[in-house]
Amino acid sequence: MAISVGFRHGVHPPEEKELTNQLPIRRMPFADELVFPLRQHAGKPALLCVKVGDHVERGDTLGEADGFMSVPIHASAAGTVVDFDWWPHPDGSMAMAVRLKVDRYAPQVARPRLVPRWEGLTPAEVVQAVQRGGVVGLGGAAFPTHVKLAPPKDSAVHTLIINGAECEPYLTSDHRTMVEYAPRVLFGIRVMMRSLGVLKCVVGIERNKPDAIEAMRAAVPADLAVEILPLTVKYPQGAEKMLIKAVTGVEVPSGKLPVTVGVVVQNVGSVAAIAEVFETGLPLIERIVTVSGHGLRRPANLIVPVGTKLRDLLAFCDGLTADAAEVIIGGPMMGQAQANLDAPVIKGTTGVVVLAKNETREQRSWPCIHCGRCLEACPVFLNPSMLGDLATVGRYEEMSANHLADCMLCGSCAYVCPSNIPLAQLFQASKTALRRQLATVQ
Amino acid sequence: MTMHAILILGGVGLVFGVFIAIANKRLWVWEDPRIDIVAQMLPNANCGACGHPGCRAFAEGTVEGRITPSECTVANDSVHSAIADFLGVDAGSAVRRVARVMCAGGSDVAFAQAEYRGLGTCSGAAAVAGGGKGCAWGCLGLADCERSCTFDAIRMTVTGLPVVDVAKCTACGDCVEACPKGLFTILPLDAHLLVQCRNLIGGDDALDECRVACTACGKCVQDAEPGLISVESGVAMVDYERIALAEPRAVERCPTGAIVWLTGAQFARVPTNVVSEAA
Repeated sequence: MAISVGFRHGVHPPEEKELTNQLPIRRMPFADELVFPLRQHAGKPALLCVKVGDHVERGDTLGEADGFMSVPIHASAAGTVVDFDWWPHPDGSMAMAVRLKVDRYAPQVARPRLVPRWEGLTPAEVVQAVQRGGVVGLGGAAFPTHVKLAPPKDSAVHTLIINGAECEPYLTSDHRTMVEYAPRVLFGIRVMMRSLGVLKCVVGIERNKPDAIEAMRAAVPADLAVEILPLTVKYPQGAEKMLIKAVTGVEVPSGKLPVTVGVVVQNVGSVAAIAEVFETGLPLIERIVTVSGHGLRRPANLIVPVGTKLRDLLAFCDGLTADAAEVIIGGPMMGQAQANLDAPVIKGTTGVVVLAKNETREQRSWPCIHCGRCLEACPVFLNPSMLGDLATVGRYEEMSANHLADCMLCGSCAYVCPSNIPLAQLFQASKTALRRQLATVQ
Repeated sequence: MTMHAILILGGVGLVFGVFIAIANKRLWVWEDPRIDIVAQMLPNANCGACGHPGCRAFAEGTVEGRITPSECTVANDSVHSAIADFLGVDAGSAVRRVARVMCAGGSDVAFAQAEYRGLGTCSGAAAVAGGGKGCAWGCLGLADCERSCTFDAIRMTVTGLPVVDVAKCTACGDCVEACPKGLFTILPLDAHLLVQCRNLIGGDDALDECRVACTACGKCVQDAEPGLISVESGVAMVDYERIALAEPRAVERCPTGAIVWLTGAQFARVPTNVVSEAA
């Protein structure tokens, strides 16, 4: 057995993946009403291109991309646009969203569309096709995928890294994608490698998914230089910079993008979405979501149409148990607690986790005892204890001088803190406050 | 040994002392002695509400005649006239301004959709799920403004709304900066018209979230002088450039009470939170 590869620091939260990691992916039926916020990705929100009363088919465009750093939004079912107004967004705010009443008797067959023949396309045309497909990073951050496919001219990308680490507890959507759709993932890798002009690709998978490692190894075609690399099981192994460190041994400099070390990282789900664009011509209108947690009656891995409300999704999984306490979009480490179950599943929704009462922490926190556990946990070698002290007194500029920008809010510090100090939340609030301060100065 | 140490340290001290004494004479700069006196008359809160970097800079400005004494929003009229008399200048006149809150959605009228547990600050709640309140624009009630206020002019009501003490408020703008929802605005004290709502949802849908929300019905627009109030993107907005045209009848037909005619402090009838006073 090869030596495990990983990164320094990090934490080992309970995995809880056995709830869903052997459950095959099933399809969730269409809900009566779907909601599509125009802001589902990093970058500029899409521009509305339908009117109230319009009838749309499955896969039709609801919002056009606004420039290069944006992607279009597509309808995930046939139906009628009934409203365009404020609607709860999974990030906790309100956002302008298209509400679609699903046509119950529609065959839900997408319009016949041209499937781009990827072999004949130039890299620029591939980028364009991926953008038209509305593909974004499905690992949670929802960064437009086509932007990563078009690295700056002066950069020398030599390796494509596919992120199959899935280090968040509970989540198994990438795991099941690799087990059940390995050939599709590899087709997506082929398209990406050709478009980027790279000859080497590494798929990083945590060791706790032996069936995924095996399935991917078996699916690698002979003519493609793809290495399947088992990684140490540790959180946050799936963070972009941690993964690059584990795979290449190189650290991405602070404040720089992976391109500077010649690497492009893509999530397994995004690669499968690219493959789908070139296999069927269908844009990204549904995604694999893990619905799990001890507060849920029937955990599942589901193909969910984008826009499905959490209420409908949880109801399809037989609803919540009596001791359900918290509904989180994403994993329990970095995910966002939901205040309103009308918020829809969007493109970046990796999973929905329902925590039971005994899994949530009490609200109280105690003063810092300077034990230093957070320093040992921080994967980017910051001093969360000191940053936390600075954050409570609002000294944001000093925090910035102590590399607050490098914090990716993985929550490892808050997880290990014996005083239960909500460090990650403090840092998130500080980042927002700092942005506001900078905006007022300019 | 001890003697050596005393001699050496004493000698070093003496040398530097002489050096400083010479430097003090050689590098001495004349400064208007009135600056010190005016600086002492000022409140020395260093709040920055006047727009100058601290009270000392303000004093320099007044002595030079660039600033009129009344521009200090913290000091009262007697201090203004005392400085003016001392310098022999006109005290000038400044409109008295105070901070106003653009939300009246206390816990008694605004609906909660979830229980918020976590960092007990507004900025923390706003950074994650946006707090538990149904209205995404409303006051979170976790008292960031109360803590930020240099002059102790803000008290939270029992329903979780900040009350600005008009007598203590100096319009320094600390609360404007502290509020993550941007609900504070600095307005002249005699600007009586205020829309106490920022909810951008128009129509009766807004009432699903808060009983005192602005439904953008437009009645106040009709009842006020043309151009004074406008309804844009789901909430009524007062054009404070034309505030002189305002009359109390504009608020009379408001179905929810979102627009108010203020004389003095906001939410005067709601008791303030004694618990947070101790904190």
